Amino acid sequence: MSDLNAFITEETIDGESDGPLSGKSVAVKDNISTKGLRTTCGSAMLEDYVPPYDATVVERLKDAGGSIAGKANMDEFGMGTTTETSAYGPTKNPVDESRVPGGSSGGSAAAVAAGEADLALGSDTGGSIRCPAAFCGVVGIKPTYGLVSRYGLVAYANSLEQIGPIAPTVEEAAELLDVVAGPDAHDGTTRDEGADSDYAGAADGDVDGLTIGVPTELVDGADEGVVDAFWDAISELEAQGATYEEVSLPSVDHAVQAYYVIAMSEASSNLARFDGVRYGKSGGYEGNWNESFASAREEGFGAEVKRRVLLGTYALSAGYHDKYYAKAQDARAWIKQDFDEAFADVDVLASPTMPVPPFELGESLDDPLQMYLADANTVPVNLANLPAISVPAGETEGLPVGLQLIGPKFGEEQIIRAASAVEQ
Amino acid sequence: MTAQALEQRELASVIGLEVHVQLETATKIFCGCSTAAAEDEEPNTRTCPVCLGLPGALPVLNEGAVEAAVKIGKALNADIPEETTFHRKNYYYPDLPKNFQITQYDAPICQDGQLEVDIRDERRIINVRRAHLEEDPGSLQHKGGSIDTADYTLVNYNRAGTPLMEIVTEPDFRSPKEVRNFLAKLEEVLEYLGVFDSTRDGSLRVDANISMVPADDVADDGSISKETLDAANRTEVKNISSHKGAEKALAYEVTRQKNAIQRGRVIEQETRHWDESRGITVSMRSKEEEKDYRYFLEADLPPLQVSDWKQQIPIPELPDARRERFREEYGLDEESASKLTSTKEVADFYEDVAESFDPDLAATWVADNLLGELNYRDMEITDVSDRLDEFKHLVELVATDDITTKNAEEIVLRQMLDDGVDPDTVIEQEGLGKADDDEIVDFVEEAIEENPDAVEDYHSGESGALNFLVGQVMQKSRGSADPGTANQLLRERLDD
Ligand SMILES: [Zn+2]
Repeated sequence: MSDLNAFITEETIDGESDGPLSGKSVAVKDNISTKGLRTTCGSAMLEDYVPPYDATVVERLKDAGGSIAGKANMDEFGMGTTTETSAYGPTKNPVDESRVPGGSSGGSAAAVAAGEADLALGSDTGGSIRCPAAFCGVVGIKPTYGLVSRYGLVAYANSLEQIGPIAPTVEEAAELLDVVAGPDAHDGTTRDEGADSDYAGAADGDVDGLTIGVPTELVDGADEGVVDAFWDAISELEAQGATYEEVSLPSVDHAVQAYYVIAMSEASSNLARFDGVRYGKSGGYEGNWNESFASAREEGFGAEVKRRVLLGTYALSAGYHDKYYAKAQDARAWIKQDFDEAFADVDVLASPTMPVPPFELGESLDDPLQMYLADANTVPVNLANLPAISVPAGETEGLPVGLQLIGPKFGEEQIIRAASAVEQ
Repeated sequence: MTAQALEQRELASVIGLEVHVQLETATKIFCGCSTAAAEDEEPNTRTCPVCLGLPGALPVLNEGAVEAAVKIGKALNADIPEETTFHRKNYYYPDLPKNFQITQYDAPICQDGQLEVDIRDERRIINVRRAHLEEDPGSLQHKGGSIDTADYTLVNYNRAGTPLMEIVTEPDFRSPKEVRNFLAKLEEVLEYLGVFDSTRDGSLRVDANISMVPADDVADDGSISKETLDAANRTEVKNISSHKGAEKALAYEVTRQKNAIQRGRVIEQETRHWDESRGITVSMRSKEEEKDYRYFLEADLPPLQVSDWKQQIPIPELPDARRERFREEYGLDEESASKLTSTKEVADFYEDVAESFDPDLAATWVADNLLGELNYRDMEITDVSDRLDEFKHLVELVATDDITTKNAEEIVLRQMLDDGVDPDTVIEQEGLGKADDDEIVDFVEEAIEENPDAVEDYHSGESGALNFLVGQVMQKSRGSADPGTANQLLRERLDD
């Protein structure tokens, strides 16, 4: 199609009936299972894996008349902020092809930004929808945990992640969310919310009387150009009748550490099944089972995946569990509480989605810690199970800036309404 | 250790159990696949994305398994918590589809229960520390050798996801015999609850911890101090699959440990495998390090509120209570009451028959005749579940004097079991309908005519003569005459 490398597998599957998505093509992130269409998770381990079943969201988008444009590139198993850890090569940012599209749903966002698909599905474990939406200048929604079924989403960190839409506009993203949201008997963590939603109807731009909280912790320290674009967007909202106040979320200073401990711990378990018996290269290794599993994993996983699996295994181990995993859970509880308190006073919270503009290709790969810190504004939302949207809010030096709006649990309508006002 | 060396002291064994039982639910614990016996099925046909552990598949809790667990909790008089949660137990093994097992950790469905067991003439309480739900792994077939030497190994996931309950006891057993009695009692209770099928292959799997302590450290009430327990090295014996096997495996292990200690050796803390065919336990590579399962909460299964379940889920009358009631209500002796409550189906059938006919007659027929003949044929009542009406009809024929007890026992019941026919068919084919008095009168005449010597003996007062003549009448009637009637008619005729 193009040289952005937005897709790992380009194959069109038509929708099954007429519906709200008729005529729309949807890029599906390659960690969302598609029956009969290989689902690699950006990993060599799953190069030949063809799921025998559709994820619930895929069923729903086909039922709604949407067609699948292909399987979108991503960081391996969702582990990255740039889509450079994919075993199928990096995706380029269509706004500036020397830059990364963000990640891990970089292929999804790039496909939408470049017009290679009308819409896309991504998944967001710590910012993986919002970051690429911000970097590519499109809209991305991370729904409340439990709003969208995860059945068929290959797990990276299952207590944190949600599938969500990426689209050129807030209204289109909300339309896709309407299609995929709602309870699913295959996912015991889904709730009744979203069953008869009209999120698209909430994209009416009416922010008159809306109170916006700005957590100072999520603005301080961000890139100057990003901060300027952020405040311009807040001023725009003020002009439309919203008010803002500064709030404090002291716990979020611990969010990145807590997030990585929890995400890596869960990943170490979720990725354990990829052992060479049914996935990856099987057999032919020397040694007993354990040694053979280790060889298959050594060969099938990339460096970032190995790093996270090893660290996660360590954090859960006897003697370290209390020091790392249990502490991270404490921090998570504190962060939830901070958000609850903030939402007692304001309707939505706002921050820059990413504290920086898109990285140069190759820039962050050598310094994983730097890359992890770029997630500072997005990971608290996952830890607190809340909904958030990233909407384009101007530029800095010709590169897109995203504004993040965070809502209370199942407050999708509030953030969609506010985000639609930013577009105007 | 006390001043006296362990090898010179009298030793007592201390045993605790981890019992895995498969729960009888219609579907697996986290998916909709059937749990019907999977041995004869093509491998890997009773599977779906969830129990195969395919990427992206999610577990959804089968509340039927939780109900079964709550029933077990009630039967064990255990605490059921407000909220129960699931954890992941992480370890790599080829029969585990996800390389972790979903199980329960710090909030199991049952805690602090107990089971009363008869051991010799004593009633003992065995404490159950906890009982929790988990998923069964798949099964492995090693080709061309054993687990260590096979050329290759095949994995069958049909069993994967079958609900298991792991019941963990305190180290309350003092002998292998006690373990056997406990397991038999546990099976009985579980079958009464309708949550377990002991006839199913692999439905019961036992791991036993066993150690030796100085006999004089055991208090009169059987209790042992924590210091004594901690000081003793124990082995874990795996791969026990029946209560008989448990007794044999542990008896072997008691002897092995005693012999080793008496020779001054230290018992190695290790896992041993019970080799049923050889009747020995073998060490399973002691280099196996202490496992770290890295337990953590399974986020895909939200915590389940179960505080109300204990009240809402009824359980049937359990064997002990029913045995007592049978003795009181039907006046049965201990042995009959025991036999008649051995399984719920037997007890239900007995009560059905006892309500319609005489409870004593019903007891004889069910406990002695039916169970006796079934046992002789290596059958269980479950093998004739769908024919219980026929057996009840047979008892009715006896109760209403339509057939003699002797014929009912020796001909009709046996042919019913051997040929699978109903009692009326046997009676018709064999002409066993009870002879009426006119027919007996004819047989009496014939017997007197044919046996003049016996008649003479009778008149000369020889007591055996009458019995001989009764026997002749019985023979002529092919057993269908009532012996009392024959006796009376003979005397009336001879004394004329
Ligand atoms: Zn299944």
